[in-house]
Amino acid sequence: MLIIKDLYVSVEGMEILKGINLKVKPGEIHAIMGPNGSGKSTLANVLAGKEEYEVTSGEVTYTGEDLLEMSPEDRAREGLFLSFQYPVEIPGVPMVNFLKTSINEQRKYRGQEELTAGEFLKYMREKMELVDMHTKLTNRSVNEGFSGGEKKKNEIFQMALLEPKLAILDETDSGLDIDALKTVARGVNTLRSPENATIVVTHYQRLLDYIIPDYVHVLYQGKIVKSAGKELALELEEKGYDWIKKEMAV
Amino acid sequence: MVEQDKILNEVTQSEYKYGFITEIDTDIIDKGLNEDVVRTIWKKKNEPEFMLGFRLEAFRKWQKMKMPNWAYLKVPPIDFQEISYYAAPKKKPQYESLDEVDPELIETFNKLGIPLEEQKHLAGVAVDAVIDSVSVKTTFKETLAEQGIIFCSFSEAVQEHPDLVQKYLGQAVPVADNYFAALNSAVFSDGSFCYIPKGVKCPMELSTYFRINAANTGQFERTLIVADDDSYVSYLEGCTAPMRDENQLHAAVVEIIALDRAEVKYSTVQNWYPGDKNGKGGIYNFVTKRGVCRGVSSKISWTQVETGSAITWKYPSCILMGDNSVGEFNSVAVTNNHQQADTGSKMIHIGKNTKSTIISKGISAGKSDNSYRGLVKVLPGAINSRNFSQCDSLLLNDTCGAHTFPYIEVGNKSSIVEHEATTSKIGEDQIFYCNQRGIDTEKAIGMIVNGYAKEVLNKLPMEFAVEAQKLLQISLEGSVG
Ligand SMILES: Nc1ncnc2c1ncn2[C@@H]1O[C@H](COP(=O)(O)OP(=O)(O)O)[C@@H](O)[C@H]1O
Ligand SMILES: [Mg+2]
Repeated sequence: MLIIKDLYVSVEGMEILKGINLKVKPGEIHAIMGPNGSGKSTLANVLAGKEEYEVTSGEVTYTGEDLLEMSPEDRAREGLFLSFQYPVEIPGVPMVNFLKTSINEQRKYRGQEELTAGEFLKYMREKMELVDMHTKLTNRSVNEGFSGGEKKKNEIFQMALLEPKLAILDETDSGLDIDALKTVARGVNTLRSPENATIVVTHYQRLLDYIIPDYVHVLYQGKIVKSAGKELALELEEKGYDWIKKEMAV
Repeated sequence: MVEQDKILNEVTQSEYKYGFITEIDTDIIDKGLNEDVVRTIWKKKNEPEFMLGFRLEAFRKWQKMKMPNWAYLKVPPIDFQEISYYAAPKKKPQYESLDEVDPELIETFNKLGIPLEEQKHLAGVAVDAVIDSVSVKTTFKETLAEQGIIFCSFSEAVQEHPDLVQKYLGQAVPVADNYFAALNSAVFSDGSFCYIPKGVKCPMELSTYFRINAANTGQFERTLIVADDDSYVSYLEGCTAPMRDENQLHAAVVEIIALDRAEVKYSTVQNWYPGDKNGKGGIYNFVTKRGVCRGVSSKISWTQVETGSAITWKYPSCILMGDNSVGEFNSVAVTNNHQQADTGSKMIHIGKNTKSTIISKGISAGKSDNSYRGLVKVLPGAINSRNFSQCDSLLLNDTCGAHTFPYIEVGNKSSIVEHEATTSKIGEDQIFYCNQRGIDTEKAIGMIVNGYAKEVLNKLPMEFAVEAQKLLQISLEGSVG
């Protein structure tokens, strides 16, 4: 589904990703861990198509196509979803309008009929239940006045609505209490299917108690320095990132 | 749109009905302006004597006046002798079919969802729908008449209600108020008149549909709205004009008089042709709009969505004479490409306990300049008065400009005047967030801008709000990239 080959990325002339290689197959869950500043968000944003990140070399193939050639909106329409580490507020734009536009733009792209207001609201209510979303939030403007945790939940809510092929969750667990964490995990696990894949970017192993990854990768200084099964997350938890840093120094 | 369809149909039909087309077929008087021209207009319109006095006084004062240059606008010299001051409806089509009309214009119409027949009218194709200075509207006239409401063209009002016209004309905007108002007073050819009798709440929104059509003709409408004691009216003005290379002058005057406890809401969606991407063509829009809250506890609110015109010079104002009277100004002004707008409001507090609110949202893109200019003046006798002004500017790029010129004069100690202003640039992060959800950048900007302007858009009557939202989006197309 996703093949990253030797990806180098710079921001404002500074090289941040230094040769990333990663393969994600349908049905898989990959966790990307690593200390702050190692480039996790950069990777997530590059995949979503954020302009300020410059790909200096390398290739990314997504469902057989050159991902880097696609506009950010087309990536989204092709089923790539990013749960933002810091979701922005859009004052004055009602959540419901935003979500309906989002869904219908994607449906149009796929040649499906647009949902009517009634159909959309019905669909939205189903998904709200799944992730425990309150109408007090959907009645507001996009992310406006949401707490940190509510913003994260809102990301998962949108993921549930859009049913992406590849979801990238950038630190969706940070700032969540245990109940919210479980809700997020439920959202991800419900979406899980043999056709879909998820990349969970996280700092802590906590979330991985609820979302069991097939693979764990450690990103450090712009490189994937270690990849293994889910036991790697536990090992990291136990030994801390200093362990990786020391190993790298050797 | 449905509403406007109706009005336009009405208009087309009424032209047939009254059959005045044949009479004044291709009736444009020669270019130029002098006392004879003023007299000619007066004569052609068959007006009573007092109108000649009004027009001549205005003309003589105008001759001694200079075009104002204090606005943040670069106005190319206007040769007032090169303009024809009277154009009655003509039968001649400008185009034989829609195929001859600029495809870009058709595209815009399609995006607005304007039906084909109306597109023809707007583009100046239709033989029968060419509408110029001679009046435009009068909808639902009979229903209104039952309640004693007068809603008709200005010409008609001059003929049928000369006493009312004479009593109120020039009461809010005196003949020589300013250069463009004086010009309008001298040569205006038509417009709308509205009178709401004592105690009557007008049961429907009243609307006009102004258009400039013939080439090289100035447009000088005049609107007068009088709301008698305890009455209420909501008035809508929509403007659009066909696309032309040359610039056209539009100098309108709107006067509102609100008597005791009367309330008038005046909403405008102004979409005159803004010129092309390179700044060629477009309307020069110099408009004087003023309401006088003459009665106690009266209220006048101006709501405007300004997306069109090459140059906009416009300051809808309220003179709060009556004690406890209220004035409101809500504005969204969008400028793109080479458009220039200098717009805002004046709130003059004269009566006690008077209140005013100014909400201005400027949105600039392209190489445009967008200025807010406002005066809040509280006279010494206007004790316990309040004003709140909020002026926000949103920039879509680094090549456009936003400017704020607030003037505040407070003549007593018991009044409170507050002014807040912000300038921000549209968030790349907001656009990317929308992109990531499958929404393209143009749509994203439309959404963000509509969100930004929401406070003002919410004040518009429902069907106008929907149209205004679409307009905002369309007028900003091509503004990023
Ligand atoms: N937009 C940006 N401009 C400048 N530097 C950036 C930008 N985004 C990320 N960086 C830098 O790139 C490095 C990696 O950041 P990031 O990808 O956010 O790390 P992580 O998500 O792993 O904490 C950091 O040193 C950060 O300061
Ligand atoms: Mg990060």
